Amino acid sequence: MMKSMRQMRVNEKAVIKVVTATRELGRRIRDMGLVPGTEIVIVGRAPLKDPVSLRLKGFTMTLRNNEADYITVETEE
Amino acid sequence: MAANITAALAGNPNSGKTTMFNALTGSRQRVGNYPGITVERKEGSYRNNGLEVQIIDLPGTYSLTAYSLEELVARQVLVEERPDVVVHIVDATALERSLYLAVQFLELGVPLVLALNMMDEVKKKGIRINTARLSQLLQVPVVETVARQGRGKDQLMQAAVDQARQAGSGWKPLEISYGPHIDRVLGQMTARIEAAGFLTDRYPARWIALKYLEGDEKILEDGRRVGSLSEELEQMAAKAAELCEKHFHTYPEAIITDYRYGYINSILKQGVMVVEARPSFDQSDQLDKVLTHKVLGPLIMFGILYGIFQLTFTLGEYPMGWLEAFFGWLGDTFTRILPEGLLRSLVVSGIIDGVGSVMGFVPLILIMFLLVTFLEDLGYMARVAYMLDRVFRLFGLHGASVMPFIISGGLPGGCAVPGVMAARTLRSPRERLATIITAPFQVCGAKIPVFILLVGAFFKQNQALVMFWITLGAWAAALLVSRLLRWTVIRGAPTPFVMELPPYRLPTLRGVLTHTWERTWQYIKKAGTVILAIAILLWAAMTFPQLPAGQVAQFQQEKQVTAQAVAETAARFGLSEAEKEKLLREKLAAIDARQGEAALRHSLAGRLGQAIAPVMSWAGFNWQTNIALIGGFAAKEVIVATLGTAYSLGEVDPEEAGGLAARIAADPHWTTPAILALIIFVLLYAPCFVTVVAMARESSWKWAAFSLIFNTVLAYGLAVLVYQVGSRL
Repeated sequence: MMKSMRQMRVNEKAVIKVVTATRELGRRIRDMGLVPGTEIVIVGRAPLKDPVSLRLKGFTMTLRNNEADYITVETEE
Repeated sequence: MAANITAALAGNPNSGKTTMFNALTGSRQRVGNYPGITVERKEGSYRNNGLEVQIIDLPGTYSLTAYSLEELVARQVLVEERPDVVVHIVDATALERSLYLAVQFLELGVPLVLALNMMDEVKKKGIRINTARLSQLLQVPVVETVARQGRGKDQLMQAAVDQARQAGSGWKPLEISYGPHIDRVLGQMTARIEAAGFLTDRYPARWIALKYLEGDEKILEDGRRVGSLSEELEQMAAKAAELCEKHFHTYPEAIITDYRYGYINSILKQGVMVVEARPSFDQSDQLDKVLTHKVLGPLIMFGILYGIFQLTFTLGEYPMGWLEAFFGWLGDTFTRILPEGLLRSLVVSGIIDGVGSVMGFVPLILIMFLLVTFLEDLGYMARVAYMLDRVFRLFGLHGASVMPFIISGGLPGGCAVPGVMAARTLRSPRERLATIITAPFQVCGAKIPVFILLVGAFFKQNQALVMFWITLGAWAAALLVSRLLRWTVIRGAPTPFVMELPPYRLPTLRGVLTHTWERTWQYIKKAGTVILAIAILLWAAMTFPQLPAGQVAQFQQEKQVTAQAVAETAARFGLSEAEKEKLLREKLAAIDARQGEAALRHSLAGRLGQAIAPVMSWAGFNWQTNIALIGGFAAKEVIVATLGTAYSLGEVDPEEAGGLAARIAADPHWTTPAILALIIFVLLYAPCFVTVVAMARESSWKWAAFSLIFNTVLAYGLAVLVYQVGSRL
């Protein structure tokens, strides 16, 4: 099922399909390895539900929900 | 044969690059700044076995684009200083992401050596890396290292020297495919660039073309300066972007990144990396379950922040007391040695007090950096930013802004000097600047005696409550002004939060100590000299011009008359020698105090205080207050002492200002609105000059001057508002 990364639940796994962010945000997202085809898993959310932390390629990173909006993922179910 | 080469040390943040730099160079390192910006430049040298390597530590980056200062600096060093070799410290536990930077070095063509760092962790995680295979496929020497233990560092340097010798001075850029579409345009652009010799003295032709396609602002700017070809290249890039949009609904930069990662993956899949077993549990993940838990996380965080604050200021109190005692003793000694007069005043009140005020902050700075560096290297600062980002973002700040705010006095009793310096942990430039400018609004330890004096004199019933409201007011001011600044002079979209949450790693003692010492030494060396100069200037402003000789003679005469009168009184009432002494001392002190007041009034600062009286009266301040506020620029607690002098009470000890409080409370001038206006003004106006110098060092003189003026204007505006409205109610 295709959805925005913002809608993912904690511990949910997915594969990145599209990244639409441009300019600085787009570049930072891609620099960290969030490119199409990458497997990610949500590991947690901050106490105020934002930002979100996720694991990919063997490391953990975090971004804000409004930044996650630019990333479309595909989950298994 | 002794080799002497220059190597640039590069790598992602948290890759162990700094640890490796320390292991390689030991104490042979120098720290400075790149001209005009606040990015730190570290250099050092490695000597062993007849090898001598000069090492430049590049800022930690994930990429070589032109978005952050760190990335720009890293690229500029490579292109302009042309080191013989780049030693890239790779976090081997995140090999794929780390190689993204390596690929960009290869595209640029610099001779490269990879250090696969943290190989001990890699093994523990059940990942197997075939180093020889990686080296063969990338055609780059690869050395396994564990920087924390110094393992592999000698092999690494040998490999770097060999690679530098082999490469000579020629750069051989790697040409990878970015797909047929991009490759075609890239080929056409490269041909045009080569034919025109456009910027090729500095960068490889294909790399320039790549940067035009990526829309790299720095290269575009360089290109436009050089020639008309730039326009043509920009058009070609724009056309390529249009086609990308039409056929693939994306843009060249994204395609290029995808292909870079594709290239990395194709290499890793050829037997370079095998993940053998999924580790049953990851220690950092387990810790994060507690440390970033939605209830426990913030509780523990506030506990830690409170602990840091307490440790800094309670531990710091002891050495600060010793320093104070030492400089007090030094001042007394010189008061005894030197004859009364200008020289003594300059040495004691100008130089010794000035050096004392520079050194007085050193214990705080030392302890603050020790603790903050520890938390940062541990990986905890990233979690603090993660947990608080949602709140601070509302005000245009960053989650990591909390540390500078708290150290500056977010908990009353802090100090803005180490506070402003603590903002170094922020990597987002606009958020960092707003934090630096607003952190001095917090209730620092030097403002407290002033508030205690004012609150004690006027709000006897609710002292604690008023102090609480002042602290809350400081937070509100810091946050709201940040919001205002980020909407106006520091405008700009929030810097992306995208950030690594590095695994928790116990920092090395050496790393923490080295870092702390470097920062503190920089403060003493760079800030110290400026602070001393300003301290002497302020002394001069409070001393010159001196009272005319006639007036001084008048006070002298008055003293003589008083002495005579006391002697007569003593004789008439049969006072004992001790009683007579006491009476005389009291009478003379009163005259000294009046002379002090007259001298202060006569000085430059005093005249200024009187000159601005008409303006300041709008806020309800009299000339005594104005002089005290000018003195407060030296240090906020000086306000109390100067107010004492101006009220003819002699120098008042800020810790014991009971007499002054009574005097002020009795002055009909001080109505409640006037006192409230003064409290607001003291809270918000220009930071003390030590803070201003620290701000200049952390940002620029321009922004330091801005805060000086802006904060004072804001404080004045609010004080006038409160006084005028309050007086009419």
